[in-house]
Amino acid sequence: MSRERETEMTTTSTREMRTMPESPAAEKRAAGFRGHVASLASKVPGPLVGLVVIFVALSFLSPYFLTPRNLLNILTQISAIGIMSVGALLVIIIGGIDLSVGAVLALSMMSMGWLYSYAEWPFEAALPAGLVVGALIGLLNGVLATYGKLQPFIATLATMSAAAGLAVFVTGGNPVTGFPEWFLALTTMSIAGLPIQGVILVLIFGIAAFWLRFRPTGRSLYAIGGNEEVARLSGIPIRRIKLAVYTIAGLLAAVAGLLVTSRLDSAQPTAGGSDLLNVIAVVVIGGASLAGGSGSLLGTFVGLLIIGVLNNGMSLLNVSPNLQPVVLGAVIVAAVMTDRRASRAQSGH
Amino acid sequence: MDAQHPALLTEEATRTDASTGLVCTGLTKIYGGIAVVNQVDISLTPGTVVGLVGENGAGKSTTSSMIAGMVQPDSGSMTIDGEAYEPRSPADALRAGVALIHQEIRMIPDLSVAENIFLGRLPLRRGVVDRAKIEEESAHVLSLLGSRIDPRRPVRGLSIASQQEIEIARALTRAPRYVIFDEPSASLGESETARVFDQIDVLRTNGVGIVYISHKLDEITRVADSIICLRDGRRVADWSTTGVAKDDIVRAMVGRDFTYGHSTPTEHGAAIALEVRDLSREGAFEGVNFTVNQGEILGIAGLIGAGRTEMVRTIAGSDRATSGQILVAGEPRTIRRPADSISAGIAMVPEDRKSQGLNLDRPGADNMTLPWEKHLAQHGLVTQRVLDRVAREQREFLDIRGRTDIPVRHLSGGNQQKVLLGKWLIKRPDVLILDEPTRGVDVGAKMTIYETIRRLAAEGVAVIVVSSELEEVLGLSHRVLVMAAGRQQGVIDRDQATPEAVMRLALRGHADTDSES
Repeated sequence: MSRERETEMTTTSTREMRTMPESPAAEKRAAGFRGHVASLASKVPGPLVGLVVIFVALSFLSPYFLTPRNLLNILTQISAIGIMSVGALLVIIIGGIDLSVGAVLALSMMSMGWLYSYAEWPFEAALPAGLVVGALIGLLNGVLATYGKLQPFIATLATMSAAAGLAVFVTGGNPVTGFPEWFLALTTMSIAGLPIQGVILVLIFGIAAFWLRFRPTGRSLYAIGGNEEVARLSGIPIRRIKLAVYTIAGLLAAVAGLLVTSRLDSAQPTAGGSDLLNVIAVVVIGGASLAGGSGSLLGTFVGLLIIGVLNNGMSLLNVSPNLQPVVLGAVIVAAVMTDRRASRAQSGH
Repeated sequence: MDAQHPALLTEEATRTDASTGLVCTGLTKIYGGIAVVNQVDISLTPGTVVGLVGENGAGKSTTSSMIAGMVQPDSGSMTIDGEAYEPRSPADALRAGVALIHQEIRMIPDLSVAENIFLGRLPLRRGVVDRAKIEEESAHVLSLLGSRIDPRRPVRGLSIASQQEIEIARALTRAPRYVIFDEPSASLGESETARVFDQIDVLRTNGVGIVYISHKLDEITRVADSIICLRDGRRVADWSTTGVAKDDIVRAMVGRDFTYGHSTPTEHGAAIALEVRDLSREGAFEGVNFTVNQGEILGIAGLIGAGRTEMVRTIAGSDRATSGQILVAGEPRTIRRPADSISAGIAMVPEDRKSQGLNLDRPGADNMTLPWEKHLAQHGLVTQRVLDRVAREQREFLDIRGRTDIPVRHLSGGNQQKVLLGKWLIKRPDVLILDEPTRGVDVGAKMTIYETIRRLAAEGVAVIVVSSELEEVLGLSHRVLVMAAGRQQGVIDRDQATPEAVMRLALRGHADTDSES
């Protein structure tokens, strides 16, 4: 779990630890019952509490909220944002930022649409080509940020602008429609009662979480974001890993674009325009620090659910769509402020 | 000259007669329970130069920081002309007429020379900076120093020596009565240093009292009227400059009682583990040649800035060599990055554990496994079991007291250092480089670290220890390599490596290599 998310419960245990005599016996005692409870408590992410509160409140406020249909509906609504936020989290852990996600989503879906409908490629070839376009732009982000020594903010701002422009340019601003049936089925069918796109979302979260937790390369992302010089002196191939992370982020944006295309049966050149804010909001509410070195997929998933549940609930309650971003802004501020208070309490100030 | 800046050349003579000077009595500063400055008395008469000498960490800089108001003493008092002088900040000190000229020059490169000189107190005229005024006054002060720098040009592109002059000029515009020079010549060549001395002479004849801190004994004896030697925070000796022998100063600087009772290290092997040939890195060090055998401990001594850290960093691939060869077990290795040296069997514990050694927000176990996760992974996975096992092994081997599953930030300095050492021992290296292995650790942890170093050497690891503590280098090593001014000055065997012998080599700069013969 994210360190910054360790709440007051852990704070007490850390304090105890510091004042305790550092003898093996005392250590064992600390690792005993109370330490166990504290460490369990620390595994509950702070945002989870917020999610539960919102969830319970909405169950009372709207009779439709707590129906299986609505809950599955939420899962499909958040899948595209969720897939992109996995990539965004990885980039943020290494201390970077990717502003180009929404534009990459649009460009990869338009490339796929153009190849299929204008260049008349078979769809089986156009689809992977769209994914490759996303990955390549991610790779370009990585190259600019490492070999080009640009700040990631600037590098991805540039690619965001370029990709968004190209997405409109390829078809002259026209949307592409008429995709094969099986492709549209991706977002209409279910496996064992779960929508396929929801399954894909959970699968991507699972794989990424596994990579971050258990694989040497995934684990080194925290080292790079936490202190790049320490990671370098430890022999970690920093540039290679950064390139990989930005490429993954681009690829995941393309995957999200694919799902959006399938859902709408249409590749829209202006799709993804408002996704960037949501994606970063998800990661930040999930407890990752933009300074790098911290963040977890569990936290990000909770952040994703908070945004999904909030947006869904506000629609059910007939809150004006123009006001919804205002609420989102308030939630971001509240989440980060509690976060900071928790980490400040932890460091004893 | 303006009334705001009393002329340097007029009223000084009278001041000298009336003044009893700046008197410090019993200055003491305690950090973490250790008195880094302990009951130091210094009195500074206007128109004289006091040289302050001492080893690294003897308390020279802390003493000067207290006098200049950057640090407040824990006890002791200071007076100027009999009146209490208690500066709470450098600004206070300047108001009382005390200026410090920093070792490191801090300039804003794109501002003009004059603007840099008046930075923080630029005079305004109708709401904008009065350039004419600052340029005129800067030109006046610079000419007093015999400098020909144009006050209107930007600082960018000026040599270090010129920037040093600007730094002195900046102090002079405050019309100080006392000036402290903290190793002004550290980055200057001989002719440039001579110019600083001329400037000091100008100040001295104008009745300014000066404290001059330097490692270079030739300089001190040339410029100072009297010399004070600090050792372990105490004033241990003083001389008037006339007729003092350099050997006496050296002896006073190093002559402390050794506290650790180092035992003679075990006999080392005959096979060469590491050989360095003509290793150079432009601007840092050049022409370093040495070998380390298996099981041998090679100490590297020298003063701060001698190029020791730069040299070992290059061997470890942290920086790139500009020329030279590195051979591990007789085989030449190309070392361009840390990964290269790690795979060649070289491990380095860097000097700054906070910025180079550890990620303080990560648990100790994760910090230790970082370089080795590919080797430690079972079926490609680094599980909690693996982390726990590795952490347990290192905790036992190094006697790490404290948990390794919480951020290392919460551990004591000694335990942090042990975690850092453990990080580089998980896969036993053939060559282990330790840069300041006991900096900022308590005595208990120090003993454990020394013990571990000896144990590793006995196992056959070639160890290189860089340390500013003479006792550490001399106590641990089979041989000691001494560096000064970016060059290797000699290698001394254990039985000849007395503190005096090492210090004599360490004090040798380019300027005075001949004076030793």
